[in-house]
Amino acid sequence: MNAFVADKALTPAEADGSGEPETLLRVDNVSLAFGGVKAITDISFDIRKGEIRAIIGPNGAGKTSMLNVINGFYHPQEGTITWRGTVRRKMKPYEAASQGIARTFQNVALFKGMTTLDNIMSGRSLKMHRNFFWQVLWRGPAEREEIEHRKKVEEIIDFLEIQAIRKTPVGRLPYGLQKRVELGRALAMEPELLLLDEPMAGMNLEEKEDMSRFIIDVNQEFGTTIALIEHDMGVVMDLSDRVVVLDYGKKIADGPPEEVQASQAVIDAYLGVSH
Amino acid sequence: MFYREAGQFKTSYKADQALFPILQDRIGIAAILLIAFVVIPAFANDFFLTSIMIPFLIFALAAIGLNVLTGYCGQLSLGTGAFMGVGAYAAYKLTSIFPDANVIVMVLVSGVFSAAIGAVFGLPSLRIKGLYLAVTTLAAQFFLEWCFIRIPWLYNYNSSGAIEVPRREMFGFIVTGAEALPITRYFVVLCITAGIAYLMANVLRGRIGRSWMMIRDMDIAAELMGVRPLQTKLMAFAVSSYICGVAGAMMVFFWLNAAEPSSYSIRLSFQILFMVILGGLGSLGGAFMGAAFIWILPVLLKFVPGALGIDIAAETVEHATFMIVGALIIFFLIVEPHGFARLWQIAKQKLRVWPFPY
Repeated sequence: MNAFVADKALTPAEADGSGEPETLLRVDNVSLAFGGVKAITDISFDIRKGEIRAIIGPNGAGKTSMLNVINGFYHPQEGTITWRGTVRRKMKPYEAASQGIARTFQNVALFKGMTTLDNIMSGRSLKMHRNFFWQVLWRGPAEREEIEHRKKVEEIIDFLEIQAIRKTPVGRLPYGLQKRVELGRALAMEPELLLLDEPMAGMNLEEKEDMSRFIIDVNQEFGTTIALIEHDMGVVMDLSDRVVVLDYGKKIADGPPEEVQASQAVIDAYLGVSH
Repeated sequence: MFYREAGQFKTSYKADQALFPILQDRIGIAAILLIAFVVIPAFANDFFLTSIMIPFLIFALAAIGLNVLTGYCGQLSLGTGAFMGVGAYAAYKLTSIFPDANVIVMVLVSGVFSAAIGAVFGLPSLRIKGLYLAVTTLAAQFFLEWCFIRIPWLYNYNSSGAIEVPRREMFGFIVTGAEALPITRYFVVLCITAGIAYLMANVLRGRIGRSWMMIRDMDIAAELMGVRPLQTKLMAFAVSSYICGVAGAMMVFFWLNAAEPSSYSIRLSFQILFMVILGGLGSLGGAFMGAAFIWILPVLLKFVPGALGIDIAAETVEHATFMIVGALIIFFLIVEPHGFARLWQIAKQKLRVWPFPY
């Protein structure tokens, strides 16, 4: 099952728990504004290799904008993003994708006209290289490549327990399963960093439990680093190693769940303060 | 009951990914090919071949071309007629410049010119979507049509302003020109159409076809999965225009024998677009069904009054045909907005569970 992330094994330092874990992504003093609206103001934080990092905050705090900045969809006016030691300001989304950043969306962004299988296969796009002329012929290299990637995709389908809906167009699936297919599509990219934008929004308790289990499995078995946005505090505090809290585009807390929960700034942001 | 995949187990991904994984489909397609290659040539008369089958196949091919762009990649185009025209004029120029070259090769090469021009007019698609893109392709339609009229070099400075297909032979058969037999033309058109349809089916089930559908369904997500929007869209424009160009070249070389700029007007663009919409966006089979509906039905309807012994004037029949076909288009679009391809899928689903309702 974990064959498709064989190259994501833990580094020796992490494996024996000694030493500082390597920083995978660092955001330094990033500011993003849309005209006069400041979405993000001077935010810095880091994501360490192999951890589950949660980004939380009230509505409109700039969480999704932050993810959009990380995977190159928005270009921040100020600040830099350091990805695996390389500093960059601007990046195209497909470059982020090819460097190992995958993403799911708050509102399910599946390819509605395609089947579950094709949706997850689409996550393999970057790893398939046969050009148009081989594709036209199909027999031979193009077909072999397709089968090779199909095997990986079937492993993901097994992992997520969605064998039964393999050939179903995703538009017909219930919401919870669509979210799961979307996770599968992101996993098919074999990402190093997986950005999950509210993976459990609109789910019932059982679906949330399933999804939490998948997220933990992905993190532990495949060693994938995960950054997630989530509003369910129980889930966030249970899953994540470290939490960063945003409010009105500013960072108000950063640290392990217990520390963040106790922070007065966070309590004020969520419950409000009397003036 | 009649159409059921139960019991047809697959033991390899290769078998599961086949073009027709279900036995009944394989039998069906074999029957269609048998009819097309053996039965029709054996029994059809010249009128049936020239007025029904040849144009039907050419329009089906053009519909496949537009379907690649609009049905699979989601880019609405109203320039199909012009792109077909580019193919026709390119083939005409090629045969005049290289009179000894094989005419079928020239027809296939002419699509390359159409692909290049299609890709250029596809550039706005990076910024513009939907109906607005349709308007920019409309510009292509009018600009290219203007070229066909105003650049005399394209029609070899003919006084008539039309292109006339020269007589060309291949393996001792006359394949183009007025003397070419309908049966020869039919076979050429059938082979090209069936061949391109097969090759496109291959592209559409692989990585490239998927990347087109990704752009169509959710372009933002596609970009985050590593699909480059510009390259992917331009490729769809190029492939689509290639197919339309070949169809346009075949239209003049194997069907009309001569063509003038008005043959490739906006009317043709709309005709092909209706075939695609009525047949079903994003379906190769739908392209054939749509072409059959738009082209064959009116021709057949014209014979109905005569066959029933009703004596009415020819133009009345003509107008009645327009009305009936128009009403049927509206009827089918209300019954199933996703076209004949979806109706066929629903029919298959019903056959699967027959005699039970579900």
